[in-house]
Amino acid sequence: MDTQISRRTVLKLAAGVPVAAALAACGSAGPGTSAGGGTKATYWYLNGQPQEGVRTGAVDRFNKANPNGQIAGTTFQNDAYKTKIKTAIGAGQAPTIIWGWGGGSLRSYVTAGQVDDLTSWFDQHPEVKSRLFPTSFGAGTINGKIYAMPCETVQPIVLYYNKKVLDQVGARPPQSWGDLMALVSTLNTKGIAPFSLGGQSRWTNMMWLEFLFDRIGGPEVFQAIFNGEKNSWSNPAAIDALTKVQDLVKANGFIKGFASITADSNADQALLYTGKAAMMLHGSWSYGIQQTDGGDFVPGGGLGYVNFPPVEGGKGDPSNTVGNPAQYLSISSKASAEQKTIAKQFFATGVLDSTEVTQWIGTGGVPIVQGTQSQLAGSKDAAFLQFVYDTATKAKSFGQSWDQALSPTAAETLLDNIANLFQLSISPQQFATNMNAVIGA
Amino acid sequence: MRAGRRVRRGHGRILPWLAVPALVFFAGFAVIPLVGVLALSFTTWDGIGAIRPSGLTSWRSVLTDPELVHALWVTFLVMVVSWAVQTPLSVLLGTFLAGHQRYRAVLAVVYFVPLLLSSAAIAIAYKALLDPNFGLGAGLNIAWLSQDWLGRPALAFGVVIFIVSWQFIPFHSLIYQAGVRQIPQSMYEAAQLDGAGRVRQFFSITLPQLKHTMITSSTLMVVGSLTFFDLIFVLTAGGPADATRVLALDMYKRGFQANLMGPASAIAVILVLVGLGLAVLLRRLGGRDAAVSQLEGA
Repeated sequence: MDTQISRRTVLKLAAGVPVAAALAACGSAGPGTSAGGGTKATYWYLNGQPQEGVRTGAVDRFNKANPNGQIAGTTFQNDAYKTKIKTAIGAGQAPTIIWGWGGGSLRSYVTAGQVDDLTSWFDQHPEVKSRLFPTSFGAGTINGKIYAMPCETVQPIVLYYNKKVLDQVGARPPQSWGDLMALVSTLNTKGIAPFSLGGQSRWTNMMWLEFLFDRIGGPEVFQAIFNGEKNSWSNPAAIDALTKVQDLVKANGFIKGFASITADSNADQALLYTGKAAMMLHGSWSYGIQQTDGGDFVPGGGLGYVNFPPVEGGKGDPSNTVGNPAQYLSISSKASAEQKTIAKQFFATGVLDSTEVTQWIGTGGVPIVQGTQSQLAGSKDAAFLQFVYDTATKAKSFGQSWDQALSPTAAETLLDNIANLFQLSISPQQFATNMNAVIGA
Repeated sequence: MRAGRRVRRGHGRILPWLAVPALVFFAGFAVIPLVGVLALSFTTWDGIGAIRPSGLTSWRSVLTDPELVHALWVTFLVMVVSWAVQTPLSVLLGTFLAGHQRYRAVLAVVYFVPLLLSSAAIAIAYKALLDPNFGLGAGLNIAWLSQDWLGRPALAFGVVIFIVSWQFIPFHSLIYQAGVRQIPQSMYEAAQLDGAGRVRQFFSITLPQLKHTMITSSTLMVVGSLTFFDLIFVLTAGGPADATRVLALDMYKRGFQANLMGPASAIAVILVLVGLGLAVLLRRLGGRDAAVSQLEGA
């Protein structure tokens, strides 16, 4: 109905457009107005089961144990949250505890002075820091200072496959890129889509490039881009990777209609467990989703998983992986002193408490807490958890997801160009030129 | 005569005051934000940190970006095609609904339903129905329906036009229905006496009499189509690639996803200018005598 009203008059058009200005006006609205009453700290995080239940459970337990310092949680959908949190922080309406992915977006909060430096707090609480994976602090550290506490699980990207479907065509998961391309044509002749892909979400396509860049040229290729070296997207290894991914699109490697499938609705994962697609490249969190949604698929042993295969003649170590080293919690500098105290109390006693650790393992995730191997081995998902634990800890290089590592501005241009690349509307060379203009600059 | 003039003068004193509440709202929600956006378009701001004045940088980056031309072209196409689809259908439906038969009243209620739904809900429903793997076509095994509706540029554009029309034709039919009911019955009676059939009556009386209604409805359609955002955002997110990225969506993506508030504000200003320009143009097309009755000349 809003649309209807806004169409009433020409004049109101003007009212509909300048959202940004309204935002600007809110910028001075004062600290932490979203707190909603005295001693409550606010906390925004992602919805979607089974992860949402674990996050909510941690908050509920904390609230029960701390009747005087409550946390009010609000949940958001993944892609919507990315925009919502930025807008809220810019408007001075940020929640006390800011959930995020670290990297480039955290850097933009830090530059604007919107999140608190937690370095000295971690120095005073070494027991909090020492129980977590040391590698998880990298993406939460900006200019040598810790601005975010790592939390939740380590999430490498995994090549999943439907065992029944691959058995049907008498194939094994691909051992190399050439193997993969051969498998694509075999599956296509049998009328099965080789790879599921939620292409409308764009970061899903990006995971393919992350792996291909690494396998062909090693982690140095993206490192050069990240460091802002001139023309680093035109590296021959990069062009080769971009060409290979277009070859895969041209060979109908991805399911029909992938450009209109969103990952937020889990439709891409449904394609795998319903057997409409044979394989899928996705984050390790997808295991829990397939377990929740897929009926007998995961418990019945239908889901297989391997690391991304090497590319013939490539420089990258086959043990390398990419993904999210952890998730991150920051404290808004606009929050009141009381709210900050509650948040720090939550960091010290609530985040990744033993119940939460057990629950993450129950969802098929590997929490970033040290010394959980025996718990992992005792879980019903022991094989997958061991695989994720090994992938994450034995990788020579664990690259952070590009869209999280880069600044939001560069990430948006990147995702746009990736969508065009997968649509075959730009060539690898054009892609490199477009991206050099943004990142080399 | 004297008395009449006095009354009119009395109106003259009260009328401006009656407009005050509307003007206050208009200033608060349109003029002030508009000035704010204009000011922001000359700055560099990531939406989070400090706002730094940067002269024409934002404008230069927007005006030299081929994406702007593309977004303008897509917006223009959406505007023209959705107008061309909606107007004839709305006129016909409106004329049909203007009749006082009971079954038409029942149908009018049915036609009205899409207007009651939110754009986001409509987009989610259509997205599910048109899903190439789990949608209506795949579910019912109908070959022509299981296209890659939202994954191919031309099809996705067509789907957007279809849904926009489906959503807004009820509203414009309502306007035309009211317009048709305003036409004096005596004109049709006279035409009947002259031996004009239904079709002739429609083209010689109904259509010319609807001229002003048509201008109103077209203005709403054309200017409204500049602000299509929610539907497209949820349905295709501007995709595949940038096939359905209209100007409003381009503005959002730059401002809130790429953190480039300066260029986004510049696009907002362009949107306002295009919208105002079109509204003025449409008024001109309607003729300068827009306030004069059409009855006598017909």
